[in-house]
Amino acid sequence: MAELLLELFSEEIPARMQARAREDLVRLLGDKLRDAGLEPKSIKTFATPRRLTAVVEGLPARSLNVREERKGPRVDAPEPAIQGFLKSAGLKSVSQAEKREDKKGDFYVAIIEKKGRPTSEVIAKAVPEIVRGFPWPKSMRWGSGKLRWVRPLHSILCLLDGKVVPFEIDGIKSGKETRGHRFLAPASLKVKNFKDYAQKLRKSFVILDGEERASRILKDARALAAKHKLTLVEDEALLAENAGLTEWPIVLIGSFDEDFLGVPPEVLTTSMKAHQKCFSLRRKDGKLANRFVVVANLKARDGGKAIAAGNERVIRARLADAKFFFDQDRKVPLEQLVPKLKDIIFHEKLGSQYDRVQRIWKLARELAPLVKADPDLAERAAILAKADLVSGMVGEFPELQGVMGRYYALEQNETPSVANAIAQHYKPLGPSDDVPREKVAIAVALADKLDTLTGFWAINEKPTGSKDPYALRRAALGIIRIVLENGVRLPLRRFANQDLIAFFADRLKVHLRDQGARHDLVDAVFALGGDDLLMIVRRVEALGKFLDTEDGEHLLTGTKRAINILRIEEKKDGRSYDQAPDPNLLQRPEEKALAKAVDEVEKAAASAVAKEDFAGAMSAMAKLRAPVDDFFDHVTVNADDPRLRENRLRLLNRIRGTTLTVADFSKIEG
Amino acid sequence: MSLTKTLPMAAPRKNKSTKPKGTKTLSFQDLILRLERFWADRGCVILQPYDIEMGAATFHPATALRALGLKPWRAAYVQPSRRPKDGRYGENPNRLQHYYQFQVILKPSPPDIQELYLESLYAIGIDPKNHDIRFVEDDWESPTLGAWGLGWEVWCDGMEVSQFTYFQQVGGFDCDPVAGELTYGLERLAMYVQGVDNVFDLDFNGAPGKDKVTYGDVFLQGEQEYSRYNFEAADTDKLLTHFRDAEDECKALLAKGENGDRHLMVLPAYDQAIKASHIFNLLDARGVISVTERQAYILRVRDLAKACCAAWLKTEAGGNAHG
Repeated sequence: MAELLLELFSEEIPARMQARAREDLVRLLGDKLRDAGLEPKSIKTFATPRRLTAVVEGLPARSLNVREERKGPRVDAPEPAIQGFLKSAGLKSVSQAEKREDKKGDFYVAIIEKKGRPTSEVIAKAVPEIVRGFPWPKSMRWGSGKLRWVRPLHSILCLLDGKVVPFEIDGIKSGKETRGHRFLAPASLKVKNFKDYAQKLRKSFVILDGEERASRILKDARALAAKHKLTLVEDEALLAENAGLTEWPIVLIGSFDEDFLGVPPEVLTTSMKAHQKCFSLRRKDGKLANRFVVVANLKARDGGKAIAAGNERVIRARLADAKFFFDQDRKVPLEQLVPKLKDIIFHEKLGSQYDRVQRIWKLARELAPLVKADPDLAERAAILAKADLVSGMVGEFPELQGVMGRYYALEQNETPSVANAIAQHYKPLGPSDDVPREKVAIAVALADKLDTLTGFWAINEKPTGSKDPYALRRAALGIIRIVLENGVRLPLRRFANQDLIAFFADRLKVHLRDQGARHDLVDAVFALGGDDLLMIVRRVEALGKFLDTEDGEHLLTGTKRAINILRIEEKKDGRSYDQAPDPNLLQRPEEKALAKAVDEVEKAAASAVAKEDFAGAMSAMAKLRAPVDDFFDHVTVNADDPRLRENRLRLLNRIRGTTLTVADFSKIEG
Repeated sequence: MSLTKTLPMAAPRKNKSTKPKGTKTLSFQDLILRLERFWADRGCVILQPYDIEMGAATFHPATALRALGLKPWRAAYVQPSRRPKDGRYGENPNRLQHYYQFQVILKPSPPDIQELYLESLYAIGIDPKNHDIRFVEDDWESPTLGAWGLGWEVWCDGMEVSQFTYFQQVGGFDCDPVAGELTYGLERLAMYVQGVDNVFDLDFNGAPGKDKVTYGDVFLQGEQEYSRYNFEAADTDKLLTHFRDAEDECKALLAKGENGDRHLMVLPAYDQAIKASHIFNLLDARGVISVTERQAYILRVRDLAKACCAAWLKTEAGGNAHG
């Protein structure tokens, strides 16, 4: 069993592209090898700023012979069809095809035999194809060449069991050499196999495995922080980025002037992270320290003094900029910024952010009573909610939108609930983000998202397939989560048209499915035409529990049977049977019992539903199980007497009608 | 609005020098001379700055136009760059509305271009074993030139000291062969090498004692005056007229220069495109261009740049041999 080692050595690969590139390389190599009949035991990939590496283990020395039969046209098929078949199967004439016979007559079969090939041959063909077609999010040409890669590709190391697999891509010949760290060990290294490769790289100041680099950074940064009696503000994305920017990560600590601590901590952390890729540190009391951790790519001769000092200087300038924005912004009341929102186009057909704010505050007022918020505060918060978009700080750091508005509002003595609403109205930002919890914030958050959705619906810009440029799915999911997690009763129909409500139904299904609920139950409840997400979910929960009981299971079977019979008979007769059954035509005791039961159950279930007691409605429904079972066991629906038949169909219709009090059982699977 | 702003910039500053150890401090002008010598020794044509205001060295015809076409080209030059909006009345230690870029353009980009660039840093005294030099993703795009490329910002101890770009398109045309562009921010680099925190404190001439001239001695007054001009005094009606004039003249020259499959007046036409671009930047700083208009202006400049690039490809230097 052979080992394949492949390294694509290039100029610096953007950190954010490395993880995807590793996945793509696994997939592409795997596909190519398997297509050639080579099944590897494992494929592992690695990425550093300068290399993308794969090691494939357990490769056979050559691929197996493959015999494939391809069925062709009938022997009397038109000539072009036969010629096309021969061409596609690689045959010169019909004499090379076999004739076979089936019920319809004779037809041609091509026998395609693929001889096994040496694995190195397969690889020599596969790797250039992979390199030429590699799905980088952005790729480029360089020099006078035609090849595209993420950045100029310099060399390719390709060894199968220690031997170079020879090929050439746009003038780059495969070989057995690589290089170490750009500055610490730039000389060329000859490599024998993967183990030798990883070891030699480590000696040359390159840690091949990005996860190892990340864990080393984390461990060292924690220790360095602890040494200074501080704790590291951990940030997974920042950690991964630093691991993607270094081959030999060394953490260093630096400091900045304490005066900057008067700037909100979010600003300091964002500035250090966004511009300098540095970590923040916290003191024992939880407050931000005037220190930072920077990850360098080498162990410097002077122990990192110059590097730390250089970073300190840049951070000082950055924080001075941030402090300048903060001080400038605070000189202008948020309210005075609102008219400037006219300059920010939200969407050409939906007007400016100012236009949005005018719509949002009205909506927020209307929503306020539904969430028990003070309408005046909701209006105030909505008016100020977007003002920080034209502040200097948010211009510099868009990710601080809302956060800055809150600080500025507090400074200007706005009510705390108004200030908090400014910060929270964008929430939840994703499935793992919290929803707003304060009433005013809930009103504004709902208004913001509803305005977005109704606006884009009005101009017919809905998400399609994977395309959702305005994040409308996220907005709808946000509303769903805010409503459910805060127990808000939101009559959607007051704010949304039927199509948009259907979109909510879809998103709700996805949301509930993610939480393990059955999507068909959502359909069954939505079919009743409700528009109150909270009640719909409560119904779905109660329905789910009921269907898990024996009564529920039986009633579902019985009801579906009733619905099926009705559908068939109604279609046959071209009429419906929605009149009440005639009590005088009820003959058998099971019929009489059922007629009585549907009336009682319907009344009980309806009254429970009116009280929003869905569990109660389901218990009432359970009482229908026995009469329905008995009815089907003992009564023939399609009686010879047409009057009896009609009456029994009417009775079936009553079962359908009664169950509709809680859900449309026809939409439930099973 | 008042014409005098006297708000002092209160950036906290430590006086401790953090200049790289073991290097003799280079003056601002020596830094430029070293870079020129370095690139001259590597076969570059050393040009002088272009004599029209522009926002970046890329606009220089030695880059924007020469990046197109088959002919090899290697050049290096200093270019004053004007960004009217970045004026801070001389009060910000890092922002200037007029600053210098050192530009290197190598077509086709040589395989060792990264090494060459790093050697140029060594040549100005940056020791790669004591400093953290990093290539951090930064894709470059110039909407007004219709140009884009991939590359990096080059960081030295966290400070962005250069832009490094492989041109893929200019004026909407593919660059084939590809030119590599290196743009050094000279003030930043000098601040780094000299270990100063305020650009106006840079040692300009390296002379001792009272003969020493600082960057502030040379440029502070200009920053103050041009900030007033850019933000307060420039006559916007005249600027709007100038913009239209430059646009019209550019189109007229492009039309007059047409001569079958050749073009005979690209460079004068392109000058007008550069002018239009700078006037647009001035109008932008004056705050008279709304967000929606902004895009329209950018597209108007881009149309000029594209037409010039198309014409360039019909010239000798653009690679169109006679015949």
